[in-house]
Amino acid sequence: MGLRPMPGNFITTRLNAMLGWGRKYSLFHYPYVTACCGMEYMSAACAHFDIDRFGAGWTRFSPRQSDLLLVVGTISQKQAPVLRTVYDQMTEPKWVIAFGACAVSGGIYDNYAVVQGVDQVIPVDVFIPGCPPRPEMVLDALLKLQDKIQKSKQDWRWKRQGS
Amino acid sequence: MEETGILDELVRRFPGDVLEASSELGDAAAVIRKDALLEVMQFLKEKPYEFAMLLDLTCVDYPERAERFEMVYHLFSLSTNKRLRIKLSVPENAAGVDSLVRFWKNADWLEREVFDMFGIRFEGHPNLQRLFMNEAFEGHPLRKDYPLRKRQPMVPLRK
Repeated sequence: MGLRPMPGNFITTRLNAMLGWGRKYSLFHYPYVTACCGMEYMSAACAHFDIDRFGAGWTRFSPRQSDLLLVVGTISQKQAPVLRTVYDQMTEPKWVIAFGACAVSGGIYDNYAVVQGVDQVIPVDVFIPGCPPRPEMVLDALLKLQDKIQKSKQDWRWKRQGS
Repeated sequence: MEETGILDELVRRFPGDVLEASSELGDAAAVIRKDALLEVMQFLKEKPYEFAMLLDLTCVDYPERAERFEMVYHLFSLSTNKRLRIKLSVPENAAGVDSLVRFWKNADWLEREVFDMFGIRFEGHPNLQRLFMNEAFEGHPLRKDYPLRKRQPMVPLRK
């Protein structure tokens, strides 16, 4: 006979899990591309490796419409205030991926001009090393971020904080 | 070498000002006195040599030398297809080097870069401000005595 759908076609879940499920498969990403890693980002985002398979296909060019900030490339000290502003403009909940060696740690640029890792400026959820990282690593990072989103305690904006 | 023609002419015209002239592997280079820069450059820019292009203008820091900095100018003549390098020494506390903006417009940003990175002052420059670093930046990062890992962040760092 097999399984029968329950009468009324409903499923049971917890609100936290459902929110996480919804959020992890609808990431709108904002590419903050400053350097050569951008080529690798394009490859990962476009048809060859197709980030859309994982529900992160929407590239938004306004930080106000996006919830995933991809910091792709070298961030100089002069650019740090701009990056900080872009991050502050994004709506909650929001996540950040540091893409490539320069964004992770400054990379080869251990000098006066370059921020030694964007986590000195904004909080970062997932780091992707590599110079540049392979698109598979980018997809792997996306899966890790989705896992993190699913497992984290979801922010309920309609619930009073602290209650 | 055919480039030695220019060097010979330079030595002949500016006997006290050309300190050194050499040509290796087709690279003609002359070291001149700092004060003779404008005269030499004007002569080179006009006919017959017509060095119409200032390919590059940069600086080197030699901390061990008495005259610490060395300016290097790379010139190219479109009409004669010749290249020439002019160098001059600059002491650390010198009044400044004459600006070449009057001869080549692109010297504007090149001199601003050298001012930003080495702190060389250019006399007669129309807008001598930092080109790369922000206005609040202290020091000149390409000087050899700038601390290798000194950071001057523009936003407060998280850690």
